[in-house]
Amino acid sequence: MDKKIKEQGIITATEQITSDIYGMWVKTAQIAQNAKPGQFAAIYCKEGSRLLPRPISICEIDKEAGILRFVYRVVGKGTDEFSKLTAGDKIELMGPLGNGFPLESENVILMGGGIGIPPMLEVAKQMKGKVSVVLGYRDAENFLKSEFEPYADVYVATEDGSVGTKGNVIDAIKANSLNADTIMACGPVPMLRGIKQYATENGIDAWLSMEERMACGIGACLACVCKSKEKDSHTNVQNKRVCKDGPVFHMSEIDLD
Amino acid sequence: MSDNTKNLSTTATDETRLNTAVNIAGVELKNPVVTASGTFGSGSEYSEFVDLSLLGGVVTKGVANVPWAGNPTPRIAETYGGMLNAVGLQNPGIDLFVKRDIPFLQKYDTKIIVNVCGHTTEEYCEVVERLGDEKVDLLEINISCPNVKEGGIAFGQNPKAVEDITKAVKSVAKQPIIMKLSPNVTDITETAKAAEAGGADALSLINTLTGMKIDIEKRAFALANKTGGLSGPAIKPVAVRMVYQVANAVKLPLIGMGGIMTGEDAIEFMMAGATAIAVGTANFADPMATARIAKEIEKFMVRHGITDINEIIGCVK
Ligand SMILES: Cc1cc2nc3c(=O)[nH]c(=O)nc-3n(C[C@H](O)[C@H](O)[C@H](O)COP(=O)(O)OP(=O)(O)OC[C@H]3O[C@@H](n4cnc5c(N)ncnc54)[C@H](O)[C@@H]3O)c2cc1C
Ligand SMILES: Cc1cc2nc3c(=O)[nH]c(=O)nc-3n(C[C@H](O)[C@H](O)[C@H](O)COP(=O)(O)O)c2cc1C
Ligand code: FES
Repeated sequence: MDKKIKEQGIITATEQITSDIYGMWVKTAQIAQNAKPGQFAAIYCKEGSRLLPRPISICEIDKEAGILRFVYRVVGKGTDEFSKLTAGDKIELMGPLGNGFPLESENVILMGGGIGIPPMLEVAKQMKGKVSVVLGYRDAENFLKSEFEPYADVYVATEDGSVGTKGNVIDAIKANSLNADTIMACGPVPMLRGIKQYATENGIDAWLSMEERMACGIGACLACVCKSKEKDSHTNVQNKRVCKDGPVFHMSEIDLD
Repeated sequence: MSDNTKNLSTTATDETRLNTAVNIAGVELKNPVVTASGTFGSGSEYSEFVDLSLLGGVVTKGVANVPWAGNPTPRIAETYGGMLNAVGLQNPGIDLFVKRDIPFLQKYDTKIIVNVCGHTTEEYCEVVERLGDEKVDLLEINISCPNVKEGGIAFGQNPKAVEDITKAVKSVAKQPIIMKLSPNVTDITETAKAAEAGGADALSLINTLTGMKIDIEKRAFALANKTGGLSGPAIKPVAVRMVYQVANAVKLPLIGMGGIMTGEDAIEFMMAGATAIAVGTANFADPMATARIAKEIEKFMVRHGITDINEIIGCVK
C-alpha cells in the first residue's frame, strides 16, 4: 500500500487556472493506485541542469483510471517547465511520498491557504463525517473553490476582502462560528501557527501539513527537517523529516515557533 | 563498424565472466560502486528502490559519538547542474547507529563502510573505538565537511593536522581507515600525502566545494547557514582533476566521487586513478542511480572488451 516507486507517467490533460496557477493530470502505472490524500509526489524536470525533483501535493486521485491531478503555482524554472507540458507528454515522477491526512473524524474543518489548497481537495472527497472547508486566498482569484462545493460547505477568506471574510482563515472560522473536533490544514507556516494556537485555545485537534526544501524526498538525506517537540525516534534529535515522517503532523508533534 | 558489432555479439552474453571486483585496503568490493556519505542515509530508505546487494558497498551518513541536531533550514538549494547542502552532519549518534543501522546493513551482501565525524580528535577516536568490534568493513573519516564550525574542514585543510588525526585514528582503529579529503585547499596532494604519512589505508575524494547562493528576490542567502557544500555534475571536472593528481602523488587506493551520474562518469574517475567510486547527488535525481551505474560500468566493459575492471584504473597518464 505505501510502496513508493519512480515511474514515467503520461500527461492526459493540462489546464491553466489563473495567471500563475496550472494543473496537470498524469496517468501512472502504480503511483495513483497507492496514493492517499495529503501525500505528494516528487516530479522530475526534463532539463538536466535541474537535478532535484519538485515536491508537489496530490490534488486528486482517480484510482480506477490511474490518474493523479497536480495543481501548482509557477514560482521558478521547474514549475515554469511543467507549465509548458501538454497532453501526451511524458513525465518522470516518484511517489506516493509522505504520510497523508488521517481520514476518520466526526466533524472536521479542512483549511487551505494559497497553494496549500490543492491537497485539501482529495481530503474533502474522501473524508467521512461532517466536513466544512475554509479557503484562504490573496484576492478574488478563488481557484479550485467551486470544486470543493459538491463535498462540503465552503467558506472563503481573502486578504483584500474582495470575497468572503476579510482576513485569514481563522477570521473566517470566527465570522461563520464554525465548530469542529478536528482541523486539517495545509498552507504557509504563519497560517499553521495561527491554527495551532486557535485549536489549542479551543480544545480542537489539528493536523498540519508542512513544507520544506527537499533533496531525496524519501527520508535519507535529512535536508527537509522541521523542529519537533520531543526527540524523534528515527533521528534521535528534536527534529522530524517532512518528506517521510510528514508532511502531515499532529500539532502536538511539531514546534512552529 | 562490423568489427564492433562482432565484438558486441560475442561478449554481450558474457557479462557474468567480467571481473568487476576491486580491492580497497584488503577489502574486496564486488564492484567499484559505493554510495557517497550523507546522500544515502544508512541505506534503508533507498533499499525500497535498489537491492543493496548489487552495490560494492554502502557508505553511511557521518556518525558522531553523540547525536547532532545539524543546521537550521533551509539546508539545501539547487544550483545549475548541482546543489548546495548545509545539513550540518545531523546524525543519531553512535549508540543508536550501532543498534539499528549496522544490523540492517548486515542483511545485505555488500560491504559496510561507516563514515565518522567529530569536533575533536577525541570524538573521532571514541567513535572509531566503538566500531572496533562491530561488523564493519571499513571506516571513512570525514575531515572535510564544510558545514560544521570546528572539526570537519578545520582538520582537513592543514596537512599537519591531517597527519596527526590520521595517526590518532589509526592507533585505535581495528578496521582499515579511509581518510576523506577536502577539495577546499590550494594543493590537495599535500593533504593526501599527509594522510598517507599518518598511516591511512585509503583516501576518498572529493567532499563538497564550499559555495554560496543568494536569493536576489528576497536579498537573502538561500541557505540558513549562508554557505554550503556544492555537489553534483557541476563539480565533476574538479573532482576528476584532483583524483588524477592524488593518484600520482600517493600509493594508496582511492575512492573517487563528485558529480558521478552515469557509468561513463564512473569510468572517467577510474581512468584518472580511482579504484572505486561513490555516487551521491545522483541518487536524488534517480533513486536507482547506484545500481544503474554498476550495470552501465559492465556495459562499458563489454562494449570495449574489458574483462577486468582493474585494467583501467589509472590508465590515463
Ligand atoms: C510536501 C510539499 C508539497 C508541495 N505541494 C505543492 C503544490 O501542490 N503546489 C505547488 O504549487 N507547490 C507545492 N509545493 C512547493 C513546490 O515544491 C515549489 O514551489 C517548487 O518546488 C518550486 O520549484 P521551481 O523550480 O519552480 O522553483 P525554484 O525556486 O527555481 O526551485 C529551486 C529549488 O528550490 C525548491 N523549492 C522552491 N520553492 C520551494 C518550496 N516552496 N517548497 C519546497 N521546495 C521549494 C525546488 O524544489 C528546487 O529544488 C510543495 C512543497 C512541498 C515540500
Ligand atoms: C546532502 C549531502 C550530505 C552529505 N553528507 C556528508 C557526510 O555526512 N559526510 C561526508 O563525508 N560527506 C558528505 N557529503 C559529501 C558527499 O559524500 C560527496 O563527497 C559529495 O557530495 C560529492 O559527490 P556527489 O557530487 O556525487 O554528491 C554530503 C553530500 C550531500 C549532497
Ligand atoms: S528530502 Fe531527504 S530527508 Fe527529506
